[in-house]
Amino acid sequence: MDAIMTDTGFVDVAALDDIPQRGARTVATAHGDVAIFRTGDDAVFALRDSCPHRGGKISHGIVHGHGVTCPLHNWVIALATGAAEGEAAASCVPRFPVRVAEGRVLLDVSAPLAPA
Amino acid sequence: MHGTTLSRPRLVVVGNGMAGMRTVEEILAIAPGIFDITVFGAEPHPNYDRIMLSPLLAGEKRFEDIVLNDYDWYASNGIRLIAGEHVDWIDRARRIVRGAAGTEAPYDLLLLATGSSPFVLPIPGAELDGVQTFRSVADVGDMLATARPGAKAVVIGGGLLGLEAAHGLDLRGAEVTVIHLMPTLMERQLDASAAHLLKQNLEARGMTILTGTETAAFIGDDRVRAVRLKDGREIPTDLVVMAVGIRPNAGLARATGLECNRGVIVDDFLRTSDPAIFAIGECVEHDGKVFGLVAPIWEMARVAARAMTGTPGIGFTPAASVTRLKVSGVEMASAGAFLGDSGTEDIVLRDGARGTYRRLVLRENRIVGLVAIGDASDAAWHFQLLKDGTDIGEIRDSVIFGPLADGPADPDAAVMALPDGAEICGCNGVCKGTITRAIKAFGLASVDDVRARTKASSSCGSCTGQVEALLRAALGTEYAPATVKPVCKCTGLDHGEVRRRIVGGKLKSIPAVMQALEWKTPDGCHVCRPALNFYLLCAWPGEYVDDAQARFVNERMHANIQKDGTFSVVPRMWGGVTNARELRAIADVVDKFDIPEVKITGGQRIDMLGVKREDLPTVWRDLNAAGLVSGHAYGKALRTVKTCVGSEWCRFGTQNSTRMGIALEKMSWGSWHPHKVKMAVSGCPRNCAEASIKDFGVIATEAGWDLLVGGNGGIRLRGTDLLCKVTTEAEVLEYCAAFLQLYREEAHYLERTAPWIERVGLDYVKQAVVEDEDNRKALAARFLHAQTFAQADPWAMESAAAAGAKFTHVAELT
Repeated sequence: MDAIMTDTGFVDVAALDDIPQRGARTVATAHGDVAIFRTGDDAVFALRDSCPHRGGKISHGIVHGHGVTCPLHNWVIALATGAAEGEAAASCVPRFPVRVAEGRVLLDVSAPLAPA
Repeated sequence: MHGTTLSRPRLVVVGNGMAGMRTVEEILAIAPGIFDITVFGAEPHPNYDRIMLSPLLAGEKRFEDIVLNDYDWYASNGIRLIAGEHVDWIDRARRIVRGAAGTEAPYDLLLLATGSSPFVLPIPGAELDGVQTFRSVADVGDMLATARPGAKAVVIGGGLLGLEAAHGLDLRGAEVTVIHLMPTLMERQLDASAAHLLKQNLEARGMTILTGTETAAFIGDDRVRAVRLKDGREIPTDLVVMAVGIRPNAGLARATGLECNRGVIVDDFLRTSDPAIFAIGECVEHDGKVFGLVAPIWEMARVAARAMTGTPGIGFTPAASVTRLKVSGVEMASAGAFLGDSGTEDIVLRDGARGTYRRLVLRENRIVGLVAIGDASDAAWHFQLLKDGTDIGEIRDSVIFGPLADGPADPDAAVMALPDGAEICGCNGVCKGTITRAIKAFGLASVDDVRARTKASSSCGSCTGQVEALLRAALGTEYAPATVKPVCKCTGLDHGEVRRRIVGGKLKSIPAVMQALEWKTPDGCHVCRPALNFYLLCAWPGEYVDDAQARFVNERMHANIQKDGTFSVVPRMWGGVTNARELRAIADVVDKFDIPEVKITGGQRIDMLGVKREDLPTVWRDLNAAGLVSGHAYGKALRTVKTCVGSEWCRFGTQNSTRMGIALEKMSWGSWHPHKVKMAVSGCPRNCAEASIKDFGVIATEAGWDLLVGGNGGIRLRGTDLLCKVTTEAEVLEYCAAFLQLYREEAHYLERTAPWIERVGLDYVKQAVVEDEDNRKALAARFLHAQTFAQADPWAMESAAAAGAKFTHVAELT
């Protein structure tokens, strides 16, 4: 799919409907794979596709509420902060700015967001 | 500014609807008589309440009842009303508006309140008679001409307006079908859970609701007679009402050169790009937004009236507003960020019996959104907390219950107050007195005892709480409720109770279960969703639509995820038998896709390890071409049937164990289970196929077959128990099907057969499968029925489907 640059660093990567509700799709980037999550209430989040525990692909996890459960060992990652539930603050998945405009998902992978 | 009649500035209002007349009322309240007012209205009526079109359609109101400003009001306020004349030109240089019939009116100030038009779907047949919109009194008249009892009507659009139209038509006795493009009704106001309840309610009234459905064309010669859907279905109808949305009427403004985008662009004081022209209501665009509900429009009217009369005041900011509606008699409310966003939390309250649902969306202990359906009685209070930005930290535990929730009431009081003749269990018709007498007479001590003796609470289970209250009352401190191990933190119910209520309550979707069973989270978690998906699949074969997002990744991808994110692929080898063609296909796939490791599994199959995600569909296609199908090595499903070579080759073999194994595998492949299921068939008691550590094992003897169950070679080694001995291959198949179905229907999700049998006891399984012949045959029949839907190769389906981004990136930014 063509990625269209916009002037703000946000790039059009997909239609919102390309991502299933309570699911994720991935984008290949210079920072490694980034997982874009769409929750049951249509909130969208972008996180590096790697669990802080053993590097599991969190894009494959089950999405519930605003969290995702890593398929490898059931770590639960809060999508809004990247923090792993019940783990040390250092166990944080890098997040990237993402927004939805007119049904398109816009992702900015120029730099990860500062830890929440 | 009050002058003589002659010198009064002339205000012309284009649009005689709610927004325009509300502004005039506001102006009259601030400075009566300040303007010489002329109003143009395209409809030949005084201003009426467009929100009340639904009751008008339903026959609950007459037109007189919904008039907001009658002709006397215009007269007594000295307003010149030109009703029934559409304005088609504005001469801004000369400051004159002109109507279609030639009426001209000069202005000093002009107010555009031209409203919006219903969006007409640009699809074939939209011009046919009987295809119409729902926006005006005239539209209602057209609908009433067709909507007789027994007539068929299709409403396109499951938003607020569409459902109001559907409701009105329903009350007129029409058979109504609602077609909605989005997956849930009223998605602008309701979240999925609330929308589910609304749909249930409308369906209970006899409407047909088709969500996630797109209309392709309207069929008919002059008059519409059917609606064709994108999926090819045709729905016969006498009337089509399109209610798919509105668009601002900005054409007049655009033609006269005012700045427009989607709507007429206005500033914070509702002034357009021409300082002599104001605009208000659904025709405007303010700060990039257009408007469709009344609350912000009333605020616009206040601001515009002040600005037009030169009264100081603050500008328009669309304030948070709560939408309170009643659609088809169902109360609902929504406000703010009711879907939540990043960084919000939810408090959810569901009452399955009453069919109510409410959800508060919190950010840092403040309510930022709410949605309620069924009972919106506390919405006003919750909305006040939202508007005030109240920190609800101290009342967080009780805030969802509303302002009167100050301390828990005695939950048993209600049931104790019931007379003996009051029905407790509706499913089985058991009244309170029957239960209390049985508790006393038979010394019943638990809900299970009550179920066994009286049948109360044994079907849908929704009266379990009341039965427990009766036990508590009868036994006092003696009553020790069974310790419930909830499925997960989303519910207080255990697996057995959830399964019982799914079947008893005829719950057929995950949202239906979560609503009826009062789930505490909006959409469950990684523990309950896969369990519910399986329970529903098992309870309603062929009917329940599998939810891929409720499955673990392996079952979603039809392959086993490995620790490096690659997958392993295991084709089925029936009874562990293969041939040169299959082996050659596997070898070719390994070469073609550079698969790093090939391993023989313990279940007599071949595992290709390290397959890249994007290669999966083509790997499957190549394997399919050689006749190989999915081995379900990734699923809570029937895995392998291991066999020895049996009497065909082995000098000790007593029966054809390979043929028996293949027959078992052909019968049971594709079946989903609470956990993985492994089987084996050995041709003699030497048991080379290791049948005594399988979920279902078969060992041949001289006399026939020994059937073994509940074995496990995993972390906790467990040898099988002997279920029974049978003589024919047909019996092996029937007992196996019955056993598998009993396990499927009664075990907890993620419970292997070994712990299940230890929990329920071997005698129970023997009773159900061996001793009760009718039950065995019924179980086997249910298994085989379910198999007619389950036996489709997922690899073939996935590789034939349009290659979605499930196996690739949606974009590459490297």
